[in-house]
Amino acid sequence: MPYIPNTDANRREMFDSLGVRDASELFESIPDAILLNRALDLPGPLNEVELRRHAESAATRSADLKTYTCFLGAGIYDHYIPSTVSAITGRSEFYTSYTPYQSEISQGTLQSIFEFQTLICQLTGMEVANASMYDGATALAEAALMAASITGRREWVVSKAVHPSYRETMKTYAWASGCKLVETTVSGIETDLADLESFVTENVACVAVQSPNFLGAVEELEKVERIAHKSGSLFVICFEPISLGILKPPADFNADICVGEGQSLGIVPGFGGPLLGLMACKKQFVRQMPGRLVGATVDAKGRQSYTLTLQTREQHIRRERATSNICTNEALNALAATVYLATLGKQGLHHVADLCLQKAHYAADAISRLPGFEVPFGSAFVKEFVVRCEEPVGNINERLLSRKIIGGLDLGKFYADLAGHMLVCVTEKRTREEIDALVECLAQ
Amino acid sequence: MNVEPTVFELSSPGRVGVNLPVSDVPERRAEDLLGPANLRDDLPLPEVSQVDVIRHYTRLSSMNYGVDTGFYPLGSCTMKYNPKINEEIIRLPGLSELHPYQDEEISQGILQILYEMQRFLGEIGGMDAVTLQPAAGAQGEFTAMMLFRRYHERVGEGHRHIVIVPDSSHGTNPATAARCGYEVIKVPSGPDGCVDVSALAEELSDQVAMVMLTNPNTLGLFESQVNEISRMVHDSGALMYCDGANMNAILGISRPGDTGFDAMHFNLHKTFSAPHGGGGPGSGPVAVKNFLAQFLPVPVVVDRNGGYFLDRDRPDSIGRVQSFYGNVGVIVKAYMYILNLGPEGLKAVSENAVLNANYLLNKIAPTYDVPYGRRCMHEFVASAKSLKASGGVRALDIAKRLMDYGFHPPTMYFPLIVPEALMIEPTETESRETLDGFAEAMLAIAEEAQSKPSLATAAPHSAARARVDEVRAARELVLRWQKTGD
Repeated sequence: MPYIPNTDANRREMFDSLGVRDASELFESIPDAILLNRALDLPGPLNEVELRRHAESAATRSADLKTYTCFLGAGIYDHYIPSTVSAITGRSEFYTSYTPYQSEISQGTLQSIFEFQTLICQLTGMEVANASMYDGATALAEAALMAASITGRREWVVSKAVHPSYRETMKTYAWASGCKLVETTVSGIETDLADLESFVTENVACVAVQSPNFLGAVEELEKVERIAHKSGSLFVICFEPISLGILKPPADFNADICVGEGQSLGIVPGFGGPLLGLMACKKQFVRQMPGRLVGATVDAKGRQSYTLTLQTREQHIRRERATSNICTNEALNALAATVYLATLGKQGLHHVADLCLQKAHYAADAISRLPGFEVPFGSAFVKEFVVRCEEPVGNINERLLSRKIIGGLDLGKFYADLAGHMLVCVTEKRTREEIDALVECLAQ
Repeated sequence: MNVEPTVFELSSPGRVGVNLPVSDVPERRAEDLLGPANLRDDLPLPEVSQVDVIRHYTRLSSMNYGVDTGFYPLGSCTMKYNPKINEEIIRLPGLSELHPYQDEEISQGILQILYEMQRFLGEIGGMDAVTLQPAAGAQGEFTAMMLFRRYHERVGEGHRHIVIVPDSSHGTNPATAARCGYEVIKVPSGPDGCVDVSALAEELSDQVAMVMLTNPNTLGLFESQVNEISRMVHDSGALMYCDGANMNAILGISRPGDTGFDAMHFNLHKTFSAPHGGGGPGSGPVAVKNFLAQFLPVPVVVDRNGGYFLDRDRPDSIGRVQSFYGNVGVIVKAYMYILNLGPEGLKAVSENAVLNANYLLNKIAPTYDVPYGRRCMHEFVASAKSLKASGGVRALDIAKRLMDYGFHPPTMYFPLIVPEALMIEPTETESRETLDGFAEAMLAIAEEAQSKPSLATAAPHSAARARVDEVRAARELVLRWQKTGD
């Protein structure tokens, strides 16, 4: 067997050295009554040739974004991934290693996480970033839990313009931890600030908004900040990392904690996972932060070195008093984001954000000129915008699909009052030709 | 080895690592589109060429140790070899370049894999229903705990607020319980290393929600009284949770669902060979008995008339625990691994993992203390207690010295109930020769500990770094690179 090197002869010698007949004797501590005593009802084995064929066959039965042109976003984005990313994440020194508990032989992972933390701080303007959370949804839920433990308050206020899955995840976490989640209304496609303000009392641990929000709109963050801080609540911003190539970062709005989904930074859509939860905060809150942190130090010879630090916050040391139960995180995707940000750098990230901005506005303008379509909301946006359609969105998307185009999100599935609206996403990968084909197909 | 500067120190104004297209649509000013107040003034990211990027991270990779580098006997982490075929398969666009919100009708290939994987894991665990959504083992624990709470609320037992864990449990168990607002009660292990059943019985009451057990436990011992424990726990109205981190010992041999557990999680990145990625991504699916199935997180993949769909309409569900459907990329690798091995292959995995662990245990047992005897499952815990007493060499020193011999150290100082613990899990993917080499190194280090303790206490001598000062890192708390003077 290719992954089990010992041969029958090896095993025989090993059994002999243990003074046992066969493997069954090694399992004697398992009572007979609970031995399975039958083969598992599973298919296989498939040899490597068969396995590859099986996988390739499964792969042909879905529409992939290499073959189809994607105008779907809503939290997962079809951005270009530079060749450097897989060249580095595909190095098995990185991907076959464990959590870097043993610093001396894990400097590669540790230094790259230190760089990741720095890059996220540079992007967001915040003082501290951790080594990653599972995804945007759990990063937001963990930020709310963190706010609850910092403030000693139990209510979380979140705008309904935040990604629906994130709010659903927050709801599960709120219920789990005995907190209360309050969702505030949307006016147009932006957070209704008056409604938000009416819920922010001195019992509120955090006020959380997303910008650009789920509906693509850039929120009025300076106003939300005043509402949050007036009552001593923490201000939590959920950001989109590509848009920060051009938009003012969360720290400029005095965010206490900011979180985001990092998939845009060099990670495949992957049918929604694995993703990359980003989290950064003010330095004063670092001891309440969940997840791993890497710090700089020196080795016994005085050389610059890196190590996991503040581990006394974590479950393997602090157990029931840990700041979170998170252990495994998304380290390899954090490495992908690190390589992505290093590759694009200052110029490249701004360029990608600007391309999204230009192309999305080109598309929005063209669509708004079509009869039966309207771009009804005037909110500022970077790469996603809402289109009102006279024809049912499902019908439109079916027509697009026949032209190998994956259309925008049918918003009626998530917001009852936005039935008949489509959320269209245009990334830097979409060419003018592809956008024109979309517009032409919509017009039919 | 030399110090590698950070990518920020390599930066030089004007450099870029990839050339991207220029805009092919009419250019408009960002100020006009977004408003000047929304624009950032400065984007302080590094500027490096592509050559810089590749050389920098390649040099960093050479300062790392992975399973592909060598033997990685990290107890409770199951650092087995990661088959390369799965790394190729996951790059197929039809399995990776898929949007989670694209229609189910055009996602049948991936949905079928997820659907079948739910069934595979149910069969392996002896359970009835599965959610693939949890992103890691700890989130699996969280999910299952919420399923239990919902069940207790539904049967009028919502007041149950205590979670019982053995003193040998993984740290995530009490941390998850606390996260969910439960009070944690720790029960001791008996002299045989298994849960002290009478101590457990004393803690059971109508306030206890669940008992969490790892089986085999973290000492590498099968909890042979698990059936009695389950009966007792169920009689008291509490539920049984299995931390499946150690499933590598019992694939096709015994199933948690057949021993009274009501729910369990799997670690696909341990048992089913998906790589650990330097700390993640993992995947922690949860398998449950029928009476809990209605509470599983949304969505669940279902088969309707030969087509596969995401069922979101589940009114009793605890809700959602992740953005989408789970760490699909990790799940696909684990699914391919199961197909690759088949039922007999999976059983052979456990038989060989257990054989390797016993073989290694017996090689080092005369020299190292082995507090729980000469038989184990897939892993065992040795202790450096005597070595520390006689020559001052601690478990930490042995771990660091092993690096000089070319090995990754075992898990140290865990479980907490064994002093100077070294928790060793060889896995099935290691040859007898590798085990012999490791045992020889362990015995040589024990010898050195008497003859020249400084070899261990000052180790490692040949790694990329000498002993790293963790105390200073925590004291100075430098968590990001900053330009000197900033």
